[in-house]
Amino acid sequence: MSAPYSPMQAIDVLDTYFIENRSRILDIASFLDRIDRHEGVAAAKADYRYQALQTILRLLSASETGRTKAIQMALSDPSTEPLDSALGLRAYGAWDGSRP
Amino acid sequence: MKVIDPHIHMVSRTTDDYLKMTISGIQTVCEPAFWAGYDRGTAASFRDYFQQLTVVEPARAARFGIKHYCWIGLNSKESEDLALADEVLSFLPEFLDRPTVLGIGEVGLNKNSRNEIAVLEKHLEIAVARNELILIHTPHLEDKHKGTRIIMDMIRSEPRIDPARVLIDHAEEHTIGEIKDNGFWFGMTLYPNSKGSPERAIDAVEIFGTERLCINSSADWSVSDPLSTLKCANEMRRRGHPEAAINQVFYENPKSFLSQCPKFQAA
Repeated sequence: MSAPYSPMQAIDVLDTYFIENRSRILDIASFLDRIDRHEGVAAAKADYRYQALQTILRLLSASETGRTKAIQMALSDPSTEPLDSALGLRAYGAWDGSRP
Repeated sequence: MKVIDPHIHMVSRTTDDYLKMTISGIQTVCEPAFWAGYDRGTAASFRDYFQQLTVVEPARAARFGIKHYCWIGLNSKESEDLALADEVLSFLPEFLDRPTVLGIGEVGLNKNSRNEIAVLEKHLEIAVARNELILIHTPHLEDKHKGTRIIMDMIRSEPRIDPARVLIDHAEEHTIGEIKDNGFWFGMTLYPNSKGSPERAIDAVEIFGTERLCINSSADWSVSDPLSTLKCANEMRRRGHPEAAINQVFYENPKSFLSQCPKFQAA
């Protein structure tokens, strides 16, 4: 007979996952610094994907739970009408309202 | 432990992967028809691919003691050419009759276009006429939420389709709730870099429960891992979930959904 399930405490979650998530945040910081180091930084920062990153970083630091869904929705196409054609189109990871 | 991978593209994997999977406990796999990484030019290409899925791949898997099943359909990325789609759909029934074909899939939407919707409607008509199980592909990234809603509206408007016989795949945090509320099964895909991680998948198990959930690797020709279901099971284990719950998610759940097709027998 297996032992009864005892869910982790919040401090257990912190203990288990802190180091790997510290590393992930540093990867994001390094990615943003990499953009800063290269020519054309102004154009990159004006790009809708960079702007989307800024939006979701704000959502990441929000105090309320539900951050994951909020970030998913912030990156999603909010429209409801089908596209006339998908020819030549692909997904980019963030919604650009100026694209078809 | 025994695991069923309900969504993996073995035509894109090496024979070594079959060996790794079978010695690790993955001895039943299901392979949906999908996009090859390029658009096929003729219906004959699809016919050859369906032959590979229904004859060649089950034989290759059997050499390693793995049961190989598949789903047949025209993927949404190749649905813009309606004439080609009609030609491919005309010979789907021939392949759906084969002994290892579980139903129609993976079909759905990619960029949520009118032609993709038209081709999905035709797949649904075939499914209704033949009472087939359906495996739905939902769009990637920014198109997923909109596409999932369009797909669910289409299926719900066809009262002859029982949502319990439909699995909506590649679900994520922003689509799971509505999929479950509408009575469908949902799939979560473990895909390094672009889809879900084991940690996020088990977060979803903890938030949404273990009912009507199947977790898959969707391993294919891109960055992916045919053992990711086992790694995800291990993530559930390290959080202290009981073995019975882990077995439910990674073996009993896919077995329950897939066994609605009488051809399916889990190893």
